[in-house]
Amino acid sequence: MDLLAMLPQQLLFGIALGTVYGLVALGYSMVYGVLMMINFAHGEVFMIGAYIGWGVLALLQNAHVGGLNPVWVLPLLLLPAMLLCGGLGMFLERVAYRPLYRRGATRLAPLISAVGASIFLQNAVMLTQGARMKVYMTHLLFPADWRFELLGVSVSYLIVVMIAVASAMMWGLHLLVQHTSLGRCIRAVAEDREIAQVMGVNVGLVVGMTFFLGSALAGAAGVLVGLYYTQIDFLMGYSAGLKAFTAAVLGGIGNIRGAMLGGLLLGLIESLSVTFINPAFKDVIAFLVLIGMLVFRPEGLLGERLADWRKV
Amino acid sequence: MLEIDQVVTYYGPIQALKGVSLEVRQGEIVCLLGGNASGKSTTMKAILGMVRPHSGTVTFEGQRLNGLSTGEIVRRGISLVPEARRVFGRMTVWENLQMGAHTRRHAPGTELAQDLERIYELFPRLREREQQYAGTLSGGEQQMLAIGRALMARPRLLLMDEPSMGLSPALVDQVFDIIQAINRQGTTILVVEQNATVSLSIAHRGYVLQNGNIVLHDTAAALLQSDDIRQAYLGEG
Repeated sequence: MDLLAMLPQQLLFGIALGTVYGLVALGYSMVYGVLMMINFAHGEVFMIGAYIGWGVLALLQNAHVGGLNPVWVLPLLLLPAMLLCGGLGMFLERVAYRPLYRRGATRLAPLISAVGASIFLQNAVMLTQGARMKVYMTHLLFPADWRFELLGVSVSYLIVVMIAVASAMMWGLHLLVQHTSLGRCIRAVAEDREIAQVMGVNVGLVVGMTFFLGSALAGAAGVLVGLYYTQIDFLMGYSAGLKAFTAAVLGGIGNIRGAMLGGLLLGLIESLSVTFINPAFKDVIAFLVLIGMLVFRPEGLLGERLADWRKV
Repeated sequence: MLEIDQVVTYYGPIQALKGVSLEVRQGEIVCLLGGNASGKSTTMKAILGMVRPHSGTVTFEGQRLNGLSTGEIVRRGISLVPEARRVFGRMTVWENLQMGAHTRRHAPGTELAQDLERIYELFPRLREREQQYAGTLSGGEQQMLAIGRALMARPRLLLMDEPSMGLSPALVDQVFDIIQAINRQGTTILVVEQNATVSLSIAHRGYVLQNGNIVLHDTAAALLQSDDIRQAYLGEG
Protein backbone atom coordinates (compact mmCIF):
# COMPACT_ATOMS: atom_id res chain seq x y z
CA MET A 1 0.00 0.00 0.00
CA ASP A 2 2.79 2.36 0.96
CA LEU A 3 4.73 1.45 -2.15
CA LEU A 4 1.77 2.01 -4.42
CA ALA A 5 1.10 5.38 -2.88
CA MET A 6 4.67 6.37 -3.70
CA LEU A 7 4.41 5.17 -7.27
CA PRO A 8 3.19 8.37 -8.99
CA GLN A 9 5.87 10.39 -7.25
CA GLN A 10 8.56 7.85 -8.10
CA LEU A 11 7.45 7.73 -11.71
CA LEU A 12 7.61 11.49 -11.94
CA PHE A 13 11.01 11.44 -10.30
CA GLY A 14 12.14 8.72 -12.70
CA ILE A 15 11.07 10.82 -15.68
CA ALA A 16 12.89 13.87 -14.32
CA LEU A 17 16.06 11.87 -13.69
CA GLY A 18 15.64 10.22 -17.08
CA THR A 19 15.38 13.46 -19.03
CA VAL A 20 18.52 14.71 -17.26
CA TYR A 21 20.37 11.48 -18.11
CA GLY A 22 19.10 11.93 -21.64
CA LEU A 23 20.54 15.45 -21.86
CA VAL A 24 23.97 14.17 -20.85
CA ALA A 25 23.66 11.02 -22.97
CA LEU A 26 23.06 13.18 -26.07
CA GLY A 27 26.58 14.55 -25.80
CA TYR A 28 28.10 11.06 -25.72
CA SER A 29 26.00 9.95 -28.63
CA MET A 30 26.50 12.99 -30.87
CA VAL A 31 30.25 12.97 -30.39
CA TYR A 32 30.34 9.24 -31.06
CA GLY A 33 28.31 9.91 -34.19
CA VAL A 34 30.82 12.30 -35.74
CA LEU A 35 34.11 10.99 -34.32
CA MET A 36 33.42 7.35 -33.33
CA MET A 37 34.95 8.03 -29.93
CA ILE A 38 33.59 8.08 -26.38
CA ASN A 39 34.31 11.43 -24.77
CA PHE A 40 34.95 10.24 -21.23
CA ALA A 41 35.52 13.80 -20.06
CA HIS A 42 31.84 14.53 -20.77
CA GLY A 43 30.76 13.78 -17.18
CA GLU A 44 33.20 16.43 -15.99
CA VAL A 45 31.65 18.98 -18.33
CA PHE A 46 28.34 18.20 -16.63
CA MET A 47 29.97 18.68 -13.20
CA ILE A 48 31.44 22.03 -14.25
CA GLY A 49 27.99 23.09 -15.48
CA ALA A 50 26.69 22.45 -11.98
CA TYR A 51 29.51 24.58 -10.51
CA ILE A 52 28.83 27.44 -12.92
CA GLY A 53 25.15 27.44 -11.96
CA TRP A 54 26.14 27.41 -8.30
CA GLY A 55 28.55 30.29 -8.90
CA VAL A 56 25.94 32.45 -10.61
CA LEU A 57 23.42 31.75 -7.88
CA ALA A 58 25.99 32.65 -5.22
CA LEU A 59 26.77 35.90 -7.09
CA LEU A 60 23.08 36.83 -7.16
CA GLN A 61 22.87 36.07 -3.48
CA ASN A 62 25.96 38.14 -2.65
CA ALA A 63 24.62 41.04 -4.67
CA HIS A 64 21.47 40.81 -2.55
CA VAL A 65 19.31 40.70 -5.62
CA GLY A 66 15.87 40.83 -4.10
CA GLY A 67 12.81 39.02 -5.27
CA LEU A 68 14.55 36.21 -7.11
CA ASN A 69 11.97 34.70 -9.36
CA PRO A 70 12.64 31.28 -10.86
CA VAL A 71 11.19 32.44 -14.17
CA TRP A 72 14.14 34.71 -14.87
CA VAL A 73 16.73 33.24 -12.54
CA LEU A 74 16.58 29.86 -14.26
CA PRO A 75 17.70 31.20 -17.66
CA LEU A 76 20.30 33.27 -15.82
CA LEU A 77 21.78 30.07 -14.39
CA LEU A 78 21.33 27.95 -17.51
CA LEU A 79 22.70 30.32 -20.14
CA PRO A 80 26.18 30.89 -18.71
CA ALA A 81 26.49 27.21 -17.82
CA MET A 82 25.53 26.20 -21.36
CA LEU A 83 27.76 28.74 -23.12
CA LEU A 84 30.80 28.09 -20.94
CA CYS A 85 30.39 24.30 -21.01
CA GLY A 86 29.87 24.42 -24.77
CA GLY A 87 33.09 26.38 -25.09
CA LEU A 88 34.85 23.95 -22.78
CA GLY A 89 33.71 21.06 -24.97
CA MET A 90 35.08 22.74 -28.10
CA PHE A 91 38.31 23.49 -26.26
CA LEU A 92 38.68 19.86 -25.16
CA GLU A 93 38.17 18.70 -28.74
CA ARG A 94 40.82 21.12 -29.97
CA VAL A 95 43.52 20.37 -27.41
CA ALA A 96 42.85 16.78 -26.33
CA TYR A 97 41.38 14.98 -29.34
CA ARG A 98 41.96 16.79 -32.63
CA PRO A 99 45.77 16.69 -32.47
CA LEU A 100 45.47 12.91 -32.13
CA TYR A 101 42.94 12.05 -34.82
CA ARG A 102 44.43 14.56 -37.24
CA ARG A 103 47.63 12.53 -37.15
CA GLY A 104 45.73 9.34 -37.77
CA ALA A 105 46.21 7.94 -34.25
CA THR A 106 44.42 4.71 -33.34
CA ARG A 107 40.98 5.02 -31.82
CA LEU A 108 42.37 4.13 -28.41
CA ALA A 109 44.54 7.26 -28.22
CA PRO A 110 41.76 9.90 -27.96
CA LEU A 111 39.96 7.62 -25.49
CA ILE A 112 42.97 7.66 -23.17
CA SER A 113 43.31 11.38 -23.74
CA ALA A 114 39.67 11.75 -22.68
CA VAL A 115 40.29 9.91 -19.42
CA GLY A 116 43.26 12.20 -18.85
CA ALA A 117 41.15 15.28 -19.53
CA SER A 118 38.57 13.96 -17.08
CA ILE A 119 41.14 13.55 -14.29
CA PHE A 120 42.57 16.99 -15.09
CA LEU A 121 39.17 18.71 -14.90
CA GLN A 122 38.20 16.97 -11.65
CA ASN A 123 41.41 18.06 -10.01
CA ALA A 124 41.25 21.56 -11.43
CA VAL A 125 37.83 22.01 -9.84
CA MET A 126 38.95 20.46 -6.59
CA LEU A 127 42.00 22.73 -6.38
CA THR A 128 40.16 25.93 -7.25
CA GLN A 129 36.83 25.25 -5.52
CA GLY A 130 37.91 22.98 -2.69
CA ALA A 131 37.04 19.37 -2.06
CA ARG A 132 34.03 20.12 0.12
CA MET A 133 30.64 20.09 -1.46
CA LYS A 134 28.84 23.26 -2.49
CA VAL A 135 25.23 23.98 -1.67
CA TYR A 136 22.77 25.54 -4.10
CA MET A 137 20.87 28.23 -2.17
CA THR A 138 17.58 27.18 -3.65
CA HIS A 139 15.56 28.63 -0.78
CA LEU A 140 16.26 31.97 -2.44
CA LEU A 141 14.39 30.76 -5.48
CA PHE A 142 11.63 28.56 -4.26
CA PRO A 143 9.72 28.69 -1.02
CA ALA A 144 9.81 25.39 0.85
CA ASP A 145 6.11 24.94 0.15
CA TRP A 146 6.50 25.29 -3.62
CA ARG A 147 4.78 21.92 -4.01
CA PHE A 148 1.56 20.46 -5.22
CA GLU A 149 -0.54 17.40 -4.46
CA LEU A 150 -0.47 14.53 -6.92
CA LEU A 151 -2.79 11.64 -6.08
CA GLY A 152 -2.38 12.39 -2.40
CA VAL A 153 1.40 12.78 -2.55
CA SER A 154 3.21 16.07 -2.26
CA VAL A 155 5.48 16.79 -5.23
CA SER A 156 7.90 19.68 -5.73
CA TYR A 157 7.24 21.93 -8.70
CA LEU A 158 10.98 21.72 -9.29
CA ILE A 159 10.55 18.24 -10.76
CA VAL A 160 8.07 19.64 -13.25
CA VAL A 161 10.48 22.45 -14.10
CA MET A 162 13.30 19.95 -14.65
CA ILE A 163 11.21 17.82 -16.96
CA ALA A 164 9.95 20.85 -18.87
CA VAL A 165 13.39 22.42 -19.33
CA ALA A 166 15.08 19.17 -20.30
CA SER A 167 12.30 18.21 -22.71
CA ALA A 168 12.32 21.64 -24.32
CA MET A 169 16.07 21.38 -24.86
CA MET A 170 15.79 17.94 -26.41
CA TRP A 171 13.01 19.16 -28.65
CA GLY A 172 15.15 22.13 -29.64
CA LEU A 173 18.09 19.86 -30.43
CA HIS A 174 15.83 17.58 -32.45
CA LEU A 175 14.60 20.55 -34.52
CA LEU A 176 18.15 21.78 -34.99
CA VAL A 177 19.47 18.42 -36.13
CA GLN A 178 16.55 17.61 -38.40
CA HIS A 179 15.70 20.98 -39.90
CA THR A 180 18.71 23.25 -40.07
CA SER A 181 21.74 23.44 -42.30
CA LEU A 182 24.05 22.78 -39.33
CA GLY A 183 21.98 19.76 -38.35
CA ARG A 184 22.18 18.36 -41.87
CA CYS A 185 25.94 18.85 -41.82
CA ILE A 186 26.24 17.03 -38.48
CA ARG A 187 24.26 14.11 -39.88
CA ALA A 188 26.28 14.15 -43.09
CA VAL A 189 29.60 14.08 -41.21
CA ALA A 190 28.30 11.26 -38.99
CA GLU A 191 27.24 9.21 -41.99
CA ASP A 192 30.12 9.77 -44.39
CA ARG A 193 32.82 12.17 -43.32
CA GLU A 194 34.71 12.11 -46.62
CA ILE A 195 31.66 12.80 -48.76
CA ALA A 196 30.57 15.56 -46.40
CA GLN A 197 33.96 17.12 -47.11
CA VAL A 198 33.39 16.67 -50.86
CA MET A 199 30.14 18.65 -50.45
CA GLY A 200 32.30 21.47 -49.13
CA VAL A 201 31.38 20.98 -45.47
CA ASN A 202 34.01 22.29 -43.06
CA VAL A 203 34.30 19.04 -41.12
CA GLY A 204 36.46 20.46 -38.32
CA LEU A 205 33.92 23.20 -37.67
CA VAL A 206 31.02 20.74 -37.64
CA VAL A 207 32.85 18.46 -35.18
CA GLY A 208 33.53 21.52 -33.00
CA MET A 209 29.86 22.55 -33.13
CA THR A 210 28.83 19.01 -32.20
CA PHE A 211 31.04 19.21 -29.12
CA PHE A 212 29.57 22.63 -28.34
CA LEU A 213 25.98 21.41 -28.50
CA GLY A 214 26.56 18.21 -26.54
CA SER A 215 28.56 20.00 -23.86
CA ALA A 216 26.03 22.83 -23.56
CA LEU A 217 23.30 20.28 -22.88
CA ALA A 218 25.49 18.60 -20.26
CA GLY A 219 26.05 22.01 -18.64
CA ALA A 220 22.31 22.61 -18.48
CA ALA A 221 21.83 19.14 -16.98
CA GLY A 222 24.44 20.01 -14.32
CA VAL A 223 22.46 23.11 -13.29
CA LEU A 224 19.19 21.14 -13.13
CA VAL A 225 20.77 18.44 -10.96
CA GLY A 226 22.32 21.09 -8.73
CA LEU A 227 18.95 22.78 -8.28
CA TYR A 228 17.23 19.52 -7.46
CA TYR A 229 19.77 17.85 -5.15
CA THR A 230 21.17 21.21 -3.91
CA GLN A 231 24.52 19.57 -3.10
CA ILE A 232 27.31 19.28 -5.65
CA ASP A 233 30.95 18.20 -5.49
CA PHE A 234 33.83 17.77 -7.90
CA LEU A 235 33.27 14.00 -8.16
CA MET A 236 29.63 14.16 -9.22
CA GLY A 237 30.53 13.94 -12.91
CA TYR A 238 31.99 10.48 -12.63
CA SER A 239 28.89 8.51 -11.73
CA ALA A 240 26.52 10.77 -13.68
CA GLY A 241 28.78 10.38 -16.71
CA LEU A 242 28.77 6.60 -16.41
CA LYS A 243 24.99 6.55 -16.07
CA ALA A 244 24.53 8.79 -19.09
CA PHE A 245 26.97 6.67 -21.07
CA THR A 246 24.87 3.64 -20.09
CA ALA A 247 21.78 5.50 -21.31
CA ALA A 248 23.47 6.28 -24.62
CA VAL A 249 24.44 2.63 -25.14
CA LEU A 250 20.96 1.52 -24.06
CA GLY A 251 19.35 3.66 -26.73
CA GLY A 252 21.95 2.91 -29.37
CA ILE A 253 25.08 5.02 -29.37
CA GLY A 254 25.35 7.50 -32.22
CA ASN A 255 21.57 7.81 -32.31
CA ILE A 256 20.07 11.03 -30.97
CA ARG A 257 16.58 9.70 -30.36
CA GLY A 258 18.16 6.63 -28.79
CA ALA A 259 19.99 8.79 -26.25
CA MET A 260 16.73 10.44 -25.19
CA LEU A 261 14.91 7.10 -24.96
CA GLY A 262 17.81 5.41 -23.16
CA GLY A 263 17.99 8.23 -20.62
CA LEU A 264 14.29 8.09 -19.91
CA LEU A 265 14.31 4.30 -19.51
CA LEU A 266 17.35 4.34 -17.26
CA GLY A 267 15.81 7.05 -15.06
CA LEU A 268 12.60 5.04 -14.70
CA ILE A 269 14.46 1.78 -14.04
CA GLU A 270 16.49 3.47 -11.33
CA SER A 271 13.59 5.16 -9.57
CA LEU A 272 11.46 2.02 -9.72
CA SER A 273 14.24 -0.15 -8.35
CA VAL A 274 14.60 2.35 -5.50
CA THR A 275 10.90 1.96 -4.78
CA PHE A 276 10.40 -1.75 -5.26
CA ILE A 277 13.76 -3.41 -4.68
CA ASN A 278 16.31 -1.59 -2.58
CA PRO A 279 17.81 1.88 -2.94
CA ALA A 280 21.27 0.41 -2.41
CA PHE A 281 20.89 -1.68 -5.56
CA LYS A 282 19.99 1.09 -7.97
CA ASP A 283 23.47 1.36 -9.51
CA VAL A 284 23.78 -2.42 -9.66
CA ILE A 285 20.55 -2.60 -11.60
CA ALA A 286 21.51 0.25 -13.91
CA PHE A 287 24.77 -1.41 -14.84
CA LEU A 288 23.12 -4.84 -15.13
CA VAL A 289 20.95 -3.23 -17.78
CA LEU A 290 24.10 -2.03 -19.54
CA ILE A 291 25.71 -5.48 -19.42
CA GLY A 292 22.52 -7.19 -20.57
CA MET A 293 22.23 -4.74 -23.44
CA LEU A 294 25.83 -5.24 -24.51
CA VAL A 295 25.39 -9.02 -24.45
CA PHE A 296 22.02 -9.31 -26.15
CA ARG A 297 21.65 -6.19 -28.27
CA PRO A 298 24.96 -4.35 -28.48
CA GLU A 299 23.64 -1.95 -31.10
CA GLY A 300 21.11 -0.59 -28.57
CA LEU A 301 17.35 -0.19 -28.77
CA LEU A 302 17.34 2.11 -31.80
CA GLY A 303 20.75 0.94 -32.87
CA GLU A 304 20.20 0.37 -36.56
CA ARG A 305 21.26 3.95 -37.04
CA LEU A 306 24.78 3.30 -35.86
CA ALA A 307 27.15 5.82 -37.36
CA ASP A 308 29.22 4.60 -40.25
CA TRP A 309 27.88 1.09 -40.12
CA ARG A 310 28.90 0.47 -43.69
CA LYS A 311 32.58 0.87 -43.02
CA VAL A 312 32.98 -1.01 -39.75
CA MET B 1 40.10 25.13 -67.89
CA LEU B 2 41.77 22.57 -65.60
CA GLU B 3 45.48 21.91 -65.79
CA ILE B 4 47.26 19.35 -63.70
CA ASP B 5 51.00 19.71 -63.96
CA GLN B 6 53.47 17.10 -62.74
CA VAL B 7 51.48 16.23 -59.62
CA VAL B 8 53.15 13.84 -57.20
CA THR B 9 51.33 12.49 -54.15
CA TYR B 10 52.19 10.05 -51.39
CA TYR B 11 50.14 7.81 -49.11
CA GLY B 12 52.67 7.43 -46.33
CA PRO B 13 55.81 6.14 -48.04
CA ILE B 14 53.94 4.94 -51.13
CA GLN B 15 54.01 7.18 -54.17
CA ALA B 16 50.47 7.16 -55.59
CA LEU B 17 50.88 9.71 -58.41
CA LYS B 18 54.30 9.94 -59.97
CA GLY B 19 54.08 13.17 -61.90
CA VAL B 20 50.64 13.23 -63.51
CA SER B 21 49.90 15.97 -66.04
CA LEU B 22 46.62 16.39 -67.82
CA GLU B 23 44.41 19.11 -69.19
CA VAL B 24 40.67 19.54 -69.52
CA ARG B 25 39.45 22.26 -71.86
CA GLN B 26 36.23 24.20 -71.57
CA GLY B 27 33.25 22.25 -72.91
CA GLU B 28 35.00 18.91 -73.19
CA ILE B 29 34.28 15.45 -71.87
CA VAL B 30 37.65 14.02 -70.94
CA CYS B 31 38.01 10.41 -69.94
CA LEU B 32 40.68 9.14 -67.55
CA LEU B 33 41.13 5.40 -67.98
CA GLY B 34 42.96 3.06 -65.67
CA GLY B 35 42.72 -0.20 -63.79
CA ASN B 36 42.57 -0.72 -60.04
CA ALA B 37 45.12 1.22 -58.01
CA SER B 38 46.31 3.11 -61.09
CA GLY B 39 45.82 6.44 -59.30
CA LYS B 40 42.50 7.52 -60.81
CA SER B 41 40.73 8.25 -57.54
CA THR B 42 43.84 9.88 -56.12
CA THR B 43 43.87 12.24 -59.10
CA MET B 44 40.28 13.22 -58.27
CA LYS B 45 41.20 13.75 -54.63
CA ALA B 46 44.20 15.85 -55.60
CA ILE B 47 41.99 18.12 -57.74
CA LEU B 48 39.54 18.55 -54.84
CA GLY B 49 42.30 19.23 -52.33
CA MET B 50 41.52 16.11 -50.30
CA VAL B 51 45.01 14.80 -50.97
CA ARG B 52 47.73 17.44 -50.79
CA PRO B 53 50.14 17.14 -53.73
CA HIS B 54 53.73 16.68 -52.62
CA SER B 55 54.79 18.63 -55.69
CA GLY B 56 53.22 19.86 -58.92
CA THR B 57 50.30 22.23 -59.43
CA VAL B 58 46.58 22.05 -60.04
CA THR B 59 45.21 25.11 -61.85
CA PHE B 60 41.55 25.85 -62.49
CA GLU B 61 40.50 28.75 -64.73
CA GLY B 62 43.98 30.21 -64.35
CA GLN B 63 44.08 30.05 -60.55
CA ARG B 64 46.11 27.66 -58.45
CA LEU B 65 44.07 25.30 -56.30
CA ASN B 66 46.98 23.93 -54.27
CA GLY B 67 46.46 24.49 -50.57
CA LEU B 68 42.82 25.55 -50.83
CA SER B 69 40.21 23.74 -48.73
CA THR B 70 37.83 21.37 -50.48
CA GLY B 71 34.98 23.74 -49.65
CA GLU B 72 36.75 26.61 -51.39
CA ILE B 73 37.49 24.46 -54.45
CA VAL B 74 33.82 23.42 -54.67
CA ARG B 75 32.85 27.08 -54.34
CA ARG B 76 35.08 27.88 -57.33
CA GLY B 77 33.08 25.52 -59.52
CA ILE B 78 34.27 21.90 -59.26
CA SER B 79 32.10 19.14 -57.83
CA LEU B 80 32.34 15.38 -57.65
CA VAL B 81 30.07 12.41 -58.26
CA PRO B 82 31.89 9.92 -56.04
CA GLU B 83 32.75 6.34 -56.77
CA ALA B 84 29.99 3.92 -55.66
CA ARG B 85 27.56 6.88 -55.46
CA ARG B 86 27.84 7.32 -51.68
CA VAL B 87 24.60 9.20 -51.22
CA PHE B 88 23.66 9.95 -47.61
CA GLY B 89 21.43 6.91 -47.06
CA ARG B 90 19.88 8.17 -43.83
CA MET B 91 18.86 11.49 -45.37
CA THR B 92 15.98 12.12 -47.70
CA VAL B 93 16.47 12.74 -51.40
CA TRP B 94 15.67 16.42 -50.81
CA GLU B 95 18.22 16.66 -47.99
CA ASN B 96 20.89 15.03 -50.15
CA LEU B 97 20.29 17.66 -52.83
CA GLN B 98 20.51 20.40 -50.20
CA MET B 99 23.86 18.98 -49.08
CA GLY B 100 25.02 19.25 -52.68
CA ALA B 101 24.22 22.96 -52.54
CA HIS B 102 26.01 23.36 -49.21
CA THR B 103 28.59 25.82 -50.53
CA ARG B 104 25.74 27.92 -51.95
CA ARG B 105 23.56 27.87 -48.83
CA HIS B 106 23.59 31.66 -48.68
CA ALA B 107 22.44 32.02 -52.28
CA PRO B 108 18.92 33.42 -52.79
CA GLY B 109 16.26 30.79 -52.16
CA THR B 110 14.66 31.30 -55.58
CA GLU B 111 17.97 30.47 -57.27
CA LEU B 112 18.25 27.21 -55.33
CA ALA B 113 14.61 26.40 -56.05
CA GLN B 114 15.28 26.85 -59.78
CA ASP B 115 18.26 24.50 -59.63
CA LEU B 116 16.23 21.96 -57.71
CA GLU B 117 13.53 22.21 -60.38
CA ARG B 118 16.11 21.69 -63.11
CA ILE B 119 17.38 18.54 -61.41
CA TYR B 120 13.86 17.19 -60.95
CA GLU B 121 13.25 17.78 -64.65
CA LEU B 122 16.43 15.90 -65.51
CA PHE B 123 15.53 13.08 -63.08
CA PRO B 124 11.73 12.92 -62.57
CA ARG B 125 12.16 9.86 -60.34
CA LEU B 126 13.90 12.02 -57.75
CA ARG B 127 10.89 14.31 -57.53
CA GLU B 128 8.62 11.33 -56.91
CA ARG B 129 10.92 10.18 -54.11
CA GLU B 130 11.75 13.58 -52.69
CA GLN B 131 10.88 12.67 -49.08
CA GLN B 132 12.19 9.10 -49.18
CA TYR B 133 15.43 8.09 -47.50
CA ALA B 134 18.17 7.82 -50.11
CA GLY B 135 19.15 4.43 -48.68
CA THR B 136 15.85 2.99 -49.92
CA LEU B 137 16.49 3.96 -53.56
CA SER B 138 17.65 1.48 -56.21
CA GLY B 139 21.23 1.61 -57.45
CA GLY B 140 20.25 3.50 -60.58
CA GLU B 141 18.20 6.03 -58.63
CA GLN B 142 21.08 6.53 -56.23
CA GLN B 143 23.36 7.27 -59.17
CA MET B 144 20.84 9.88 -60.42
CA LEU B 145 20.79 11.36 -56.93
CA ALA B 146 24.58 11.44 -56.73
CA ILE B 147 24.70 13.28 -60.06
CA GLY B 148 21.90 15.64 -59.04
CA ARG B 149 23.63 16.33 -55.74
CA ALA B 150 26.87 17.25 -57.52
CA LEU B 151 24.97 19.49 -59.97
CA MET B 152 23.40 21.41 -57.07
CA ALA B 153 26.83 22.95 -56.50
CA ARG B 154 26.47 24.55 -59.97
CA PRO B 155 29.81 23.19 -61.15
CA ARG B 156 31.52 24.41 -64.29
CA LEU B 157 33.67 21.27 -64.08
CA LEU B 158 32.01 18.02 -63.02
CA LEU B 159 34.24 15.16 -61.85
CA MET B 160 32.74 11.68 -62.12
CA ASP B 161 34.43 8.72 -60.46
CA GLU B 162 33.39 5.44 -62.11
CA PRO B 163 29.76 6.31 -62.81
CA SER B 164 29.18 2.89 -64.45
CA MET B 165 30.25 0.90 -61.40
CA GLY B 166 27.70 -1.63 -60.23
CA LEU B 167 25.01 -0.65 -62.72
CA SER B 168 23.33 -2.88 -65.30
CA PRO B 169 24.35 -2.32 -68.96
CA ALA B 170 21.03 -0.62 -69.74
CA LEU B 171 21.50 1.76 -66.82
CA VAL B 172 25.10 2.43 -67.82
CA ASP B 173 23.90 3.59 -71.25
CA GLN B 174 21.29 5.78 -69.58
CA VAL B 175 23.85 7.33 -67.23
CA PHE B 176 26.21 8.11 -70.09
CA ASP B 177 23.36 9.66 -72.08
CA ILE B 178 22.76 11.91 -69.10
CA ILE B 179 26.44 12.78 -68.87
CA GLN B 180 26.34 13.84 -72.51
CA ALA B 181 23.19 15.87 -71.92
CA ILE B 182 24.78 17.67 -68.95
CA ASN B 183 27.83 18.38 -71.09
CA ARG B 184 25.71 19.86 -73.89
CA GLN B 185 24.11 22.17 -71.35
CA GLY B 186 27.57 23.64 -70.84
CA THR B 187 29.25 21.71 -68.04
CA THR B 188 32.77 20.44 -68.65
CA ILE B 189 33.27 16.85 -67.53
CA LEU B 190 36.21 14.77 -66.39
CA VAL B 191 35.15 11.14 -66.05
CA VAL B 192 37.26 8.40 -64.52
CA GLU B 193 36.40 4.92 -65.76
CA GLN B 194 37.44 1.32 -66.07
CA ASN B 195 34.75 0.79 -68.69
CA ALA B 196 36.68 2.13 -71.68
CA THR B 197 34.20 1.37 -74.45
CA VAL B 198 31.28 3.33 -73.09
CA SER B 199 33.28 6.23 -71.71
CA LEU B 200 35.40 6.71 -74.83
CA SER B 201 32.26 6.60 -76.97
CA ILE B 202 31.04 9.86 -75.41
CA ALA B 203 34.40 11.49 -74.59
CA HIS B 204 36.31 13.95 -76.74
CA ARG B 205 39.73 13.00 -75.44
CA GLY B 206 41.18 10.40 -73.13
CA TYR B 207 44.16 9.74 -70.88
CA VAL B 208 45.40 6.37 -69.70
CA LEU B 209 46.80 6.13 -66.20
CA GLN B 210 49.00 3.24 -65.09
CA ASN B 211 50.78 2.90 -61.75
CA GLY B 212 50.56 6.61 -61.13
CA ASN B 213 51.83 7.66 -64.57
CA ILE B 214 49.99 8.91 -67.65
CA VAL B 215 51.10 6.42 -70.29
CA LEU B 216 48.91 7.49 -73.19
CA HIS B 217 46.74 10.38 -74.27
CA ASP B 218 44.91 11.06 -77.48
CA THR B 219 41.51 11.82 -78.93
CA ALA B 220 38.80 9.38 -77.86
CA ALA B 221 38.40 8.11 -81.41
CA ALA B 222 42.11 7.37 -81.73
CA LEU B 223 42.20 5.66 -78.31
CA LEU B 224 39.28 3.45 -79.29
CA GLN B 225 41.35 2.29 -82.26
CA SER B 226 44.57 1.91 -80.27
CA ASP B 227 45.91 -1.61 -79.88
CA ASP B 228 47.15 -0.95 -76.36
CA ILE B 229 43.71 0.13 -75.24
CA ARG B 230 42.01 -2.76 -76.96
CA GLN B 231 44.34 -5.15 -75.19
CA ALA B 232 44.22 -3.55 -71.79
CA TYR B 233 40.60 -2.47 -71.48
CA LEU B 234 38.44 -3.98 -74.14
CA GLY B 235 39.41 -7.58 -73.50
CA GLU B 236 40.60 -8.11 -77.05
CA GLY B 237 43.88 -9.93 -77.49
